[in-house]
Amino acid sequence: MIISSLAFYLFSFITIFSAVMVISARNPVHSVLFLILAFFNSAGLFVLLGAEFLAMILVVVYVGAVAVLFLFVVMMLDINFVELREGFLQYLPIGALVGIILMAELVLIFGSWVINPSSESIVTTSIVYNSDTTNTHALGQLIYTHYIYLFQAAGLLLLVAMIGAIVLTVRKRPTVKRQNISEQVAVRVDDVIEVKDVTSGSGI
Amino acid sequence: MNILTEINLIWPELCIALSAMCLLMIGAFRGDSSNKTITWVSICVMGVACLLVLLGPNNPSSAFNNLFIVDQFSNYSKILILMGAILTLILALPYNLREGIHQFEFPILLLFSVLGMMMMVSANDLIALYLGIELQSLSLYVLAAIRRDSIKSAEAGLKYFVLGALSSGILLYGMTMVYGFTGATGFNELELAFSNGVAKNQFIGVTVGLVFILCALAFKVSAVPFHMWTPDVYEGAPTPITAFFSIAPKIAAMILLSRVLLEPFGGLFIQWQQVICFISIASMAFGAFAAINQTNIKRLMAYSSIGHMGFVLVGLASGSIAGLQAVLLYLTVYLFMNVGTFACILAMKRDDRMVEEINQLAGLSRTNPKMTIALTVFMFSMAGIPPLAGFFGKYFVFKAAIDAELYTLTVIGLLASVVSAFYYLRIVKLMYFDEAVDKFDRSIGKEISFITIGMSFVTTLFIIILWPVLDFAAIAASSIFL
Repeated sequence: MIISSLAFYLFSFITIFSAVMVISARNPVHSVLFLILAFFNSAGLFVLLGAEFLAMILVVVYVGAVAVLFLFVVMMLDINFVELREGFLQYLPIGALVGIILMAELVLIFGSWVINPSSESIVTTSIVYNSDTTNTHALGQLIYTHYIYLFQAAGLLLLVAMIGAIVLTVRKRPTVKRQNISEQVAVRVDDVIEVKDVTSGSGI
Repeated sequence: MNILTEINLIWPELCIALSAMCLLMIGAFRGDSSNKTITWVSICVMGVACLLVLLGPNNPSSAFNNLFIVDQFSNYSKILILMGAILTLILALPYNLREGIHQFEFPILLLFSVLGMMMMVSANDLIALYLGIELQSLSLYVLAAIRRDSIKSAEAGLKYFVLGALSSGILLYGMTMVYGFTGATGFNELELAFSNGVAKNQFIGVTVGLVFILCALAFKVSAVPFHMWTPDVYEGAPTPITAFFSIAPKIAAMILLSRVLLEPFGGLFIQWQQVICFISIASMAFGAFAAINQTNIKRLMAYSSIGHMGFVLVGLASGSIAGLQAVLLYLTVYLFMNVGTFACILAMKRDDRMVEEINQLAGLSRTNPKMTIALTVFMFSMAGIPPLAGFFGKYFVFKAAIDAELYTLTVIGLLASVVSAFYYLRIVKLMYFDEAVDKFDRSIGKEISFITIGMSFVTTLFIIILWPVLDFAAIAASSIFL
């Protein structure tokens, strides 16, 4: 018991610390690395909650794809981060105000947090859950049966995202010459070389 | 429930989704030259979907474990959405040819956004609602930026995207609050949970969650104070897309807002009524005053649509069957007026270039009397002058508000409508009494003139179809209050 609460405090502390470092680090590459640290520690928190599938997804998707993408953007694009940072402090008062209001609201809400006694009867989704069932198994049982509509809708959403990315970025460049290997291989000697008999002294 | 009976309920959505994917394949293989064919096929597909909605079940029935609901209310709004989309797509045809928007994805993205809207109005669960909204908005962000060579269009797309993402975040945050305090996301379960009012210890959490959800949906209908994106996006997006923005997504979001407030959160009427009253008053007043100084007609239409959404919210604030009926009637009228006005804006073209300044309309009565008459009809109707369509919209909304004893709201609404009449009538005055500037081009395309004529007839003679429309709206509204 004490070990799990120690682990909880360790993970949460590192998560908060690295989140602060993400926005305060001077070097953008360091920011991204701290972001990855934050993701790993949040994954640890998920494991403590017994949600191992979410933990794995967090690492695979956010660290494996999103954070690496950020890293690429930071390193590939020539963005002057010092310039972007200018006037950062100018927004501090209003940002702090919004933060304090949200904090106060959260305290107010979670101070009154009580699990609804009738929620057991309201929740209709019941899955067969025994000690053998893993997270992944349980999610799979629900997503493809009970929530098939949402699953398909999410699929359409991703399709639209793909179409959008292509529409907004792909350009046709008629001037660019592309290598066509089959065409190159199919070229025959007669098509490209012409043999001429040259009588001496007259030229072509 | 049998899978076949469930599929029977989603034929319209299935039809649109499958045809959009087929058309995508055709477009991908045939290239941009197939743009015109794909546009016409998409129009036909939406027509077929309209028929399928009409042939669908009449009594409320739900599918996919109550994630999806089909009732008269959703059917009525689906027909409005499909009509709006069909009309704007027809308007877009000559524009796209002229302005060189050849991407075949244009009609396909529009189909996907219509699909998202139909999922929104049929949502019976918070997660289904969210996915519908996202499908709709994601397609619209791309459509706003589809002229990627124009800086304004790109700016419109980016602004819409960033603010839309923020509103989605707020929506999800509100939904987690509601879920956390009730343990349910389905509308039926939520309605059950709130039917006897809310327990004291849940009260703050649920109310804060509700307010967050309201903020996000107010962003989607562009009600004050979440309207900031509207004028810039309307100005920057290509004009047919602006026409589409001002019609179908607004209708879908307003219908969704009504369903969310009256069905799952019906038990919290007292809490949300004051919020709706506030944003309604703010939208009406802001729409009326901010439009006065505008010189660009697309920006003017943006402020005008903010004002109209304020009037629609008056009907919702009354929270009665009559109020909901008035909301549906107003949205129907709004559809006809807006399509007509945007058809006129698309006809504003000089030397093959689009003109968007209001001053360019000066003296139009001498150079183009037919278009002047049409635009005058739409402006009078928007200002709410009887016996045109817009008057009936406002009349029933305010009648419902008076019946619900919302006198302050009604008085402020009437005053705002007087102020807004000023800028509508200013356009009429400009067209009839000011010094004429150069003529507009005559060749505007027969699609646009056809729609202009059709919409001006509907707007003028709306009183003939008023009672049938009211009857349908009453049936649709009562299906929410079962």
